[in-house]
Amino acid sequence: MFSFIARRLGLLIPTFFGITLLTFALIRLIPGDPVEVMMGERRVDPEMHAQAMERLGLNKPLPVQYLDYITKLAQGDLGESLRTRESVWKEFLTLFPATLELALAALLFAGVFGLLAGVIAALKRGSLLDHGVMGISLTGYSMPIFWWGLILIMFFSVSLGWTPVSERISSLYDIEPITGFMLIDTLFSEEEGAFKDALMHLILPAIVLGTIPLAVIARMTRSSMLEVLREDYIRTARAKGLSPGRVVFVHGLRNALIPVLTVFGLQVGTLLGGAVLTETIFSWPGIGKWLIEAIGARDYPVVQNGILLIACLVILVNFVVDILYGLVNPRIRHQR
Amino acid sequence: MKLRPLQAALAALLLSTATSVAAKPLVVCTEASPEGFDIVQYTTAVTADAAAETVFNRLVDFKPGTTDIEPALAERWEISPDGLTYTFHLRQGVKFHTTEYFTPSREMNADDVLWSFQRQLDPSHPWHDKASVGFPYFESMGFKDLLKRVEKVDEHTVSFTLTRPEAPFLRDLAMAFTSIYSAEYANQLLAANKTGSLNSQPIGTGPFIFQRYKKDAQIRFKANPEYFRGKPPSDTLVLTIATDNNVRLQKLKANECQIALYPKPDDIPSIRKDPNLKVDELEALTTGYIALNTEHKYLDDVRVRKAINLAFDKQAHVDQLFGKGNALLGINPYPPTLIGFNTANHNPPRDLDKARALLKEAGVPEGTVLTLYTRNGGGPTNPNPRLSAEMLQADLARIGLKVDIRVMEWAEMLKRAKKGEPDMVSTGWAGDNGDPDNFLSPLLSCDAVKSGENYARWCNPVFQALITKARETIDTGERAALYEKALAVYDEDQPWISIAHPKMFTAMRKNVEGFHISPLTTNNFATTLVK
Repeated sequence: MFSFIARRLGLLIPTFFGITLLTFALIRLIPGDPVEVMMGERRVDPEMHAQAMERLGLNKPLPVQYLDYITKLAQGDLGESLRTRESVWKEFLTLFPATLELALAALLFAGVFGLLAGVIAALKRGSLLDHGVMGISLTGYSMPIFWWGLILIMFFSVSLGWTPVSERISSLYDIEPITGFMLIDTLFSEEEGAFKDALMHLILPAIVLGTIPLAVIARMTRSSMLEVLREDYIRTARAKGLSPGRVVFVHGLRNALIPVLTVFGLQVGTLLGGAVLTETIFSWPGIGKWLIEAIGARDYPVVQNGILLIACLVILVNFVVDILYGLVNPRIRHQR
Repeated sequence: MKLRPLQAALAALLLSTATSVAAKPLVVCTEASPEGFDIVQYTTAVTADAAAETVFNRLVDFKPGTTDIEPALAERWEISPDGLTYTFHLRQGVKFHTTEYFTPSREMNADDVLWSFQRQLDPSHPWHDKASVGFPYFESMGFKDLLKRVEKVDEHTVSFTLTRPEAPFLRDLAMAFTSIYSAEYANQLLAANKTGSLNSQPIGTGPFIFQRYKKDAQIRFKANPEYFRGKPPSDTLVLTIATDNNVRLQKLKANECQIALYPKPDDIPSIRKDPNLKVDELEALTTGYIALNTEHKYLDDVRVRKAINLAFDKQAHVDQLFGKGNALLGINPYPPTLIGFNTANHNPPRDLDKARALLKEAGVPEGTVLTLYTRNGGGPTNPNPRLSAEMLQADLARIGLKVDIRVMEWAEMLKRAKKGEPDMVSTGWAGDNGDPDNFLSPLLSCDAVKSGENYARWCNPVFQALITKARETIDTGERAALYEKALAVYDEDQPWISIAHPKMFTAMRKNVEGFHISPLTTNNFATTLVK
């Protein structure tokens, strides 16, 4: 087991360097430097431009800039945003809880409804219900997030007035950020109704962000359940006279869940990627919106390190999944 | 009645809850996050709204909704007859904000004005190097070369000596980058080695006191009870950030904000129909134009430029792009609200035969290809650049010119245009201070050919002499006459297709009062109230 973990860890090093190199190169391939972008149509004084580029260390040759970047990274220094002049790490810590809160809510929504839809479709295989559920999940999977978000806002928020349009909490409340998780912070706050308000704000973005994972989980659960339901031990369980509920949920779903759990792990990347759009529609102050603005402003440190931090998270989750898999399935552990 | 401690605490809690929820703030849906609050380091309008228009004041201000100047921190001023010295007499009794992080020990005086300018002007100033990208607006407006010195005459008098007479100087002093900071606060921060706080915890004399910025979500302010123009009617101002304009409109409809900035022109008719909403509109100081590169083959011939202007169906173009009635047709490089607008200039009726004849006269072969650079995303001066380019392409095809449209990312387009690469470039300009010089010098002067922003690369000595003289002339009537002459030269040479001056819109709830939309694309809420 130790050598398995060591091997997996060894793989992380080139992945890590690959990401740093890729983000470093890609953001510099986009035309315009941060000073030019900031000035837009306005006159850029060449002297001022040169001074600013020197102060930002962007006048050095690219390999030197990359080396500087890696050296600073090794010292745990993520630099400061060229746009806001704030520490990248501090900005990430401020914004990440919002993204995480949204991602967890979306995962919860996708998990509960995805499993339910998958199980129902498997049990009623070939029926109208099965086709209906799978058809809806396929539609969900192909739904453009931006359009879907606006449709939900127009229907639930504007026409029916059930949910707020956007943001994490109503402007009436001024909640002190303690943990950064709005649901928790509102519990600490003295403002009446703030928790309910924050919860209402979370519903639509969670649905929008959770739609694609929900579709994936539903389809995965269905096919996995169909396979499991054919197994001998299910027949045995039925033959023993167990109730249908017990057969499906205890014997069937529990075994069908193993591949579904892998999908859960893989959806972390989807959720963080999808967050970019969802956060823009719902004015959700998370890392997705942060990165979009940083790319627009050619804020090199934010783009490089923001993507690196997210990539590290995805790597970490996949690493944990790998290890867990190794624990569950010894065959994977011994593969070279 | 005696209350037990627990009951008393509960009652206090309920009371505090009731008051905090009852006070309705003025919520404004804005389009992007501010970069920071040390406004002199930044150039965007959204940062100006969040800092310059709320927290700070300047020596002079623009009168709400206009480009006229009114006294602000300077009560009055004198200009020397040679136009080189400006003496400002400061308003007395103006207090800087008292917050959790700063308590002023004195009132605003000449030291604060000096600090605010010297910081940007003097490379040896202790704060000069604290701005990593420098002071972009100060530099781009040429203040480094314009200001010879800034001096304290006495506690409440400051004088500015210029290197040359500069008629737009007073208007420049109403712009965000000349905001007046508290020198006392800056000194405290420097001593405590907390210089970064100037950008995150601003202190000014403005109508609103900064409370909290929740990154990328909202900025909260409270009314300044000691504001020298009187306390603003809204106790709390919240600028909430909603990037997408559809979302801003939905939030307005749901009363999650009472003002939505920058609605889409397409949405204006539906907003007008909504019984709960209203729209404020104004001719903004913006111009959408296509620069014709006068250094390139064929386009260096004025007959070809005239032919292009004659073939271009401007009215159809503007109606399609902005919607009927949402923009004025462009004639001159700047809109008619500014002085010196030459009313003798006009858009000639579309005449394809005459255009073809001109091309033939100039020896332009049939099927000549001209490149047109345009940006990929829409902006206020051109909501749909691709459509706009295709319409021009179709028009010019009718006189035998082919247009090779190159759609590219904005920064890349500007970079290439500054090098003089394209034959034609579709772009726009938003005026900063309501002065014609702010359009003509940066966009059409000979200096701007060297620095690249004159995309037409048009350097006409007569035009240049007229605008230089106008810049140095203080008398408004004389200036206007000089600009009229300059615009006649422009019209004769036609270095641009001046397309449109789009209107600016702000959508709001019906119960909002006292908001003045500004032609300068900034927004001030000091007099705004939700009834």
